Amino acid sequence: MHVATRLLAWSCIGLVACLAIAGEVLIAAAMRQVGDLDDIRAHSGLPGAIRAVLTNRIFLTGAFCMALNFFAMLYTLSLIDLSLAAPGIASFTYIGNAIAAKLFLKENVDRRRWLATGFVCAGVYLLAK
Amino acid sequence: MKHSLAPKQYLILLAVMLTASFGDSLLKRGMSQVGAVDSHHLGLLFHAIFNLNIVAGIVLLIGFFACYMVALSWADLTFVMPATAFGNVMIALLSRFWLHEHLSVSRWIGILLLTCAVGFVANGPSRTEHSPESDPFAGPRKPSSLARMDSGVGL
Repeated sequence: MHVATRLLAWSCIGLVACLAIAGEVLIAAAMRQVGDLDDIRAHSGLPGAIRAVLTNRIFLTGAFCMALNFFAMLYTLSLIDLSLAAPGIASFTYIGNAIAAKLFLKENVDRRRWLATGFVCAGVYLLAK
Repeated sequence: MKHSLAPKQYLILLAVMLTASFGDSLLKRGMSQVGAVDSHHLGLLFHAIFNLNIVAGIVLLIGFFACYMVALSWADLTFVMPATAFGNVMIALLSRFWLHEHLSVSRWIGILLLTCAVGFVANGPSRTEHSPESDPFAGPRKPSSLARMDSGVGL
């Protein structure tokens, strides 16, 4: 692969991963703020659960990031093979999400979860090899 | 306190795995039909939305998104993540036993690693405990939700 093409490929992968991390962390934060959807649905029905999600500003920002991620993903897939794009994006996203979950969501990312994240990255790389 | 997931919650995680993998595969198939999109013809991305494979992929990914949000409402992001990764294992196993494709040793090792990752996380708590003071996104907490929490002590 030409150097410029390779640079473009990894830039696209990095951009898609960043948008995915931002979207997923914002949506996770929103869902934590909203509470258990099963409980809300039992109490206010499906429309109540949908309203609780759609009126949350953090969720809307996260969904916007995921929409951008979707179009960036389409653009990336038109340039790069899925066998390179999927594991590349997945690996960066898993590590980035674990770091962002610890920093911003204050999740207790213990040794077990770090180990799982590392195994996922290595596993995805080997599957795509 | 040890957490446990209800059968319905395992079904949600299974749906997350399946819809994400098949949705991404359909998107790739659709984009192969649409052709390469360069920075001067970004409008082609909107034409791609009318491709049947892309439409099917979008429908599956909407299903994925709904299941993913439900899962995030009772589990941590770092708990749900390996579940989505396990979808890669399902695709690999389908290609081996259904399509009779050859799987190299490195792919079998990849499957083993992903299975271990899911095993590590599945044995832990689905949501780690946060004090309301330290959690910037603390939502409503009910006794039924608290019962599923764990102190999040590591290995």
